[in-house]
Amino acid sequence: MFKIVKREEMSQGTVVLNEIAAPLIARKAKPGQFVILKANENGERIPLTMAYTDPEKGIIAVIYQVVGKSTALFKTLKVGEGYQDVIGPLGKPTHVEKLGKVVCVGGGTGVAVLHPITRAMKQAGNHVIAIIGARTKDLLILEDFMKTASHELHVCTDDGSYGRHGFVTNALKDILDKEKIDLVVAIGPVPMMKFVSKLTKEYNAPTMVSLNPIMVDGTGMCGGCRVSVGGKTQFACVDGPEFDGHKVDFDELMLRLQAYCEDEKMCHNEFCMLEESWHK
Amino acid sequence: MSEGTAPKEKKEKKSRVRMPEQEAKVRARNFLEVPTGYTPEMAKEEAARCLQCKNPGCVDGCPVGIDIPGFIKLLKEGEFTQSIRHIWTMNSLPAVCGRVCPQESQCEGKCILAKKGEPVAIGNLERFAADWERAHGTGALPSKAAPTGKRIAVVGAGPAGLTVAGDLIQKGHEVTVYEAFHKPGGVLLYGIPEFRLPKEIVAQEVNFLERLGVRVDCNAVVGRTVTLDELFDEGYQAIFLGLGAGLPKFMNIPGENLVGILSANEYLTRANLMKAYLFPKVDTPIPRGKDVVVLGGGNVAMDSARTALRLGADRVRLVYRRSRDEMPARAAEAHHAEEEGIEFFLLTNPTRYIGNDKGRLTGMECIKMELGEPDASGRRRPVPVKGSEFELACDLCIVAVGTGANPLLTSSTPDLQINKWGYIEADPKTGKTLKKGVWAGGDIVTGSATVILAMGAGRNAANSIHDFLVRGW
Repeated sequence: MFKIVKREEMSQGTVVLNEIAAPLIARKAKPGQFVILKANENGERIPLTMAYTDPEKGIIAVIYQVVGKSTALFKTLKVGEGYQDVIGPLGKPTHVEKLGKVVCVGGGTGVAVLHPITRAMKQAGNHVIAIIGARTKDLLILEDFMKTASHELHVCTDDGSYGRHGFVTNALKDILDKEKIDLVVAIGPVPMMKFVSKLTKEYNAPTMVSLNPIMVDGTGMCGGCRVSVGGKTQFACVDGPEFDGHKVDFDELMLRLQAYCEDEKMCHNEFCMLEESWHK
Repeated sequence: MSEGTAPKEKKEKKSRVRMPEQEAKVRARNFLEVPTGYTPEMAKEEAARCLQCKNPGCVDGCPVGIDIPGFIKLLKEGEFTQSIRHIWTMNSLPAVCGRVCPQESQCEGKCILAKKGEPVAIGNLERFAADWERAHGTGALPSKAAPTGKRIAVVGAGPAGLTVAGDLIQKGHEVTVYEAFHKPGGVLLYGIPEFRLPKEIVAQEVNFLERLGVRVDCNAVVGRTVTLDELFDEGYQAIFLGLGAGLPKFMNIPGENLVGILSANEYLTRANLMKAYLFPKVDTPIPRGKDVVVLGGGNVAMDSARTALRLGADRVRLVYRRSRDEMPARAAEAHHAEEEGIEFFLLTNPTRYIGNDKGRLTGMECIKMELGEPDASGRRRPVPVKGSEFELACDLCIVAVGTGANPLLTSSTPDLQINKWGYIEADPKTGKTLKKGVWAGGDIVTGSATVILAMGAGRNAANSIHDFLVRGW
């Protein structure tokens, strides 16, 4: 078993952080890589990109949003309990180098994945501007971490309850209008990455996105995670998870993410009803 | 004997004892095993058909050279425990082999009885011996050589890796098997369905190895979690790579990323390893198509088609570009599939997929094929018939047109030589690679083949590793 050593709830309990004891993975993991977690015998294999790792303490951290049965089940795991299986590190690490000016754009739980990349970009000698956004103030995560990881931080909320009123793309546009940007890293919900990529294309700013499609094994075996990049089929698990945002077919990705929508809803509802009856 | 009695029993050829199986209509809707196994009486009766040849062809036909007449003789005498112990000295996975080997082209194909009638049911007998031991055996283990203090790492807990582990542990070495998935078994677990190879049997075969002292480390993606050189640093003297050929091939035709098109690897892994046929009792979902098309003509295609039927499909069609004669599937599988109602669309190839505005599959366009001149494989090459395109409606398509080499490990191990297809270069007799102390065998060397061929490669590599550990490279 892979024990949870620290647990924190964020965004009104809709987002959960787990620090997990996984020394072999912690020793190897690099920013941008992911792990697959499975809670118990009948559990589903869920891929999550790591938020940070501590090789000395032998821990990895994941931050996930509760969206379905499997993540709802993850949420019930307390400190001292754990995951039956954790597999990784998987996927290619982020290519980090000194480029000049880098903008890191994060939305929702994507900020968790963006954080180690932002820090690495800064450490590599880049001037790093970070933009993070959420629907509303309470859903914003890791603001302090992102502040330290970057040179300047812009915060946006869709409803204007905190920071700048509006989408992250508005803040990004202002920056692109002002200066030449050498790389944009965008990680968040698929529509956010789509619109960021559309915008940066107009400015010819190279853009990297991190994708999280449906997958089973995470080692190139199932092909469930295939995405169209520049008209070619790629496996996000081994060829990615990071790709050139200007080449990704986001519309196809969005449709593929809906593949098990009905099944998931049914499964999740049943689980929630069970949970409620336990509490009663 | 007086005149008028019945002709002598001896002269009448006894026909093969059929293994009872679930009726086609019933089994097509459940995941229980299709053939239900011999009773002890049936096994003895079938064993008695063996002529105990002096120069048995069956043994030549077996990739791991099991002493077939030997174990059959013991069965005939009712010495079931001794029979299985005899098999174990040559094959650590008899319950598996009895079920999934293509016996008709191996042992049974070379049986002398096959010349004039039906061969001895060697596969059924091997299965019986293993099953009987599982149900009634004492659990006593075969003897092991004295400990040598040598340590071997096996990468991949599939048929090749498990064979190497079983052989080397019995020779007194210390063996650890590393498996990327969360459970050991490789293709036996994720690929072959429950109704053909119950997962309980795979678990018990692995447990048998663990009881012999083999350590199995799951969730270890060698190449990622740990590299080969790190394994050597940890003190392993030899490494065997039995990675399998796990990279799914697609057709590369328009529309292939529509929702509702899955590789057979994904479909079967969901159904078998993740037990998604029990969804929502388990958490992994699987698409349940009503109108299913499976592309391919091998065992994996048959397994996919029969799984789709058991998941409630109204109609399952198998689309294969060559004719029935060229189908690579095991005869019994194609036969079982047809009995269950799978329709074969032979000499047919898809040209594009058709989807709706939600990005979901609604059908495909196919073209008729005809056989031309033989190709490199010796089989007649299928050529499209111009203007013969037609449409098939379907809501689920499983692509079972083969697999390739997974580059995950080889790309992170530059001193491991690979060929142009990505398979590892290894000596065909010993499995030795060009990296010192590393052997490879099974699908990652030959490309996708059968369980027993992978086991044969494992056997050869195990012998070579043993020689190396005792005598040096």
